[in-house]
Amino acid sequence: MTGEADTAPEGTLTANLMHFARALRAVGLPIGPGRVIDAVHAVRAAGITNRSDFYWTLHAIFVNRRDQRELFDEAFRLFWRDPQLLERMMQMLLPTLQVPGEEKKPVNRRIAEALAGGDPARQRPPEIKEEETLDATLTWSDREVLRNMDFEQMSSDDMAQAKKMMANLRLPFAHVPTRRFRPDPAGHRADLRATLRASLRNGGDVIALKFRTRRHRPPPIVVLCDISGSMERYSRMFLHFLHALTNDRDRVFTFLFGTRLTNVTRYLRQRDVDEALAKVAGAVEDWSGGTRIGHSLAEFNRLWSRRVLGQNAVVLLITDGLDRDAGAGLGREIERLHKSCHRLVWLNPLLRYEGFEPRSLGMKAILPHVDEFRAAHNIDSLSDLAAVLASTAPRRQSPYIWKGRAA
Amino acid sequence: MNPPRSRPVPASVDGALALLGTGRYVADRSLATAVFLAMRLNRPLFLEGEAGVGKTEIAKVLAETLGRRLIRLQCYEGLDTAAAVYEWNYPRQMIEIRLAEAGQETRQAVEDQIFSERFLIRRPLLQALTPDAAGPPVLLIDELDRADEPFEAYLLEVLSDYQVTIPELGTIKAPSPPIVVVTSNRTREIHDALKRRCFYYWVDYPNAERELEIVRLKAPGAAEDLTRQVVGFIQKLRKEELFKVPGVAETLDWTRALVELDRVTLDPATINDTLGTLLKYQDDIAKIRGPEAARILREVETELAAAPK
Repeated sequence: MTGEADTAPEGTLTANLMHFARALRAVGLPIGPGRVIDAVHAVRAAGITNRSDFYWTLHAIFVNRRDQRELFDEAFRLFWRDPQLLERMMQMLLPTLQVPGEEKKPVNRRIAEALAGGDPARQRPPEIKEEETLDATLTWSDREVLRNMDFEQMSSDDMAQAKKMMANLRLPFAHVPTRRFRPDPAGHRADLRATLRASLRNGGDVIALKFRTRRHRPPPIVVLCDISGSMERYSRMFLHFLHALTNDRDRVFTFLFGTRLTNVTRYLRQRDVDEALAKVAGAVEDWSGGTRIGHSLAEFNRLWSRRVLGQNAVVLLITDGLDRDAGAGLGREIERLHKSCHRLVWLNPLLRYEGFEPRSLGMKAILPHVDEFRAAHNIDSLSDLAAVLASTAPRRQSPYIWKGRAA
Repeated sequence: MNPPRSRPVPASVDGALALLGTGRYVADRSLATAVFLAMRLNRPLFLEGEAGVGKTEIAKVLAETLGRRLIRLQCYEGLDTAAAVYEWNYPRQMIEIRLAEAGQETRQAVEDQIFSERFLIRRPLLQALTPDAAGPPVLLIDELDRADEPFEAYLLEVLSDYQVTIPELGTIKAPSPPIVVVTSNRTREIHDALKRRCFYYWVDYPNAERELEIVRLKAPGAAEDLTRQVVGFIQKLRKEELFKVPGVAETLDWTRALVELDRVTLDPATINDTLGTLLKYQDDIAKIRGPEAARILREVETELAAAPK
């Protein structure tokens, strides 16, 4: 750092860092005032010698997830865009803010909005659409039916009733043992720490053993829900169900898929169901389009399975098994999925028909690899599901029973 | 402040880069920046990335080059304070109680004796907060994603204030904070509250140039042609759709294996025989073995032939 920068009034730089942090916050990065202070300290420690160091200094402070990097990168490029940055920074001038219009590269809309409009009141109110609209900005794909979902259709009395029941539905998953312990007089392991503390209470004359036992807790749940056209009537209902599930317990991860996979876990964590579903509708681009189950599962296996399937996760696969790719590559991916999770439960709304047989190629590919195959077309069937999930039935492909099954 | 033999932390990003260099760690400038900031501002460094990209190595190199003690805490599910922070030495405490009985001591005196530092077994986190002759140690909290959420929550106090609380003794605070490196393989998301207290860095796979540098440094026995081929092959392999693409650790393993087999260039048969050192999933091996490996190798060879030496 040069002496000039040391002695220059730091107020302007601080203000700029604050503005930058505000822009990042508007884009959606979780940045509190504490981080801004950190940033000022860090910049002071590292000094401003060149653009790349300055970039990585701020990166170390403001980014704390891999997927924030692209947003940060673009925001940085736009905010500190002035080519004479270095000299100007030395003089602690305000960087010029320009409206991203003449930029050659298409600029991420969220960032452009965050940088251009500082007005907090304008920041994207939750979009509540009165009717179905075609979103013209999303027309790069000709294969998907790109629509914004319309939740207003669900407002009939029956549906309202169903939603209410859905919100109260609890799924008592069989708890899995953890490696943690809790005090338990009937336990089988001695708890020496508690023993000693208790004995000292009596002056150490009597040392009576205290016991502890394993703690159990519900496993994480990963939901893969089909939102293609054939599932349309159900997937909306399921979203209410998934919202209730997400808010009922920790460690629920939800992915929606049609032709591509979307992680909607963070949106569903919203307490308010309408707000949550509006956000989900905004995030999903392939609503009510075709289905590519194999492709979507491959994406899940490659990008997410190692991140969310740890610690004995139970997977709920909600799909009718009608696959546009006619089950191509599906068998291999569903096998991989089954091998990576604790238990794979398939919920299929088509199962409500008497004498239903899995005829489609997609269904035939999935069926050999699921531990549980259940109907899911009304509240009752979901309540039945609760009973199944509470049981500790072994995996269908348990190594102990596979021989009998093959025979 | 620091006794001899240990070195002070670097005063600039260049210093940090040079430091990692003396420890034979080939680092990006971006990584050096994060390392420098973490040491300078006494914050933990949170390294996330795929397995085998050299996250753990950073802590080892830092400890070695700075001449500090390396304290490693390997995380696993159910890791608790007894294994991570401290434990009382129960057998000795029991004996002490019997002795105290014989000596007719008061209850309070017994309690004070029993819960004194004499009976405290220090586990990694507490060790890291204890003053060390060589200067504050390097604390490596490895694979934090394997530990469960309760332990993560416990770490909040340790990592933000560098102190632990032992109910019987009170709060123990480090006189000078250790250099903390936390690593995660991202098998689950670490909570934002913890990440917020750290400097985050995503350790990516190196590009061809950097990987070449790493292999030359760490596997000096390999012929130059072989090294180039190996790196070219692995760089291509990382672009394939595999369940688990090979990391730098696999590159080095493979190179060393090929050196042991006395190979000076790659050929399809050798690749097929040694693919197990690179790919660890049967699906991946089945996909690459045979014609696919031969195709990639041909591509690498044409590229190397075209490139100026």
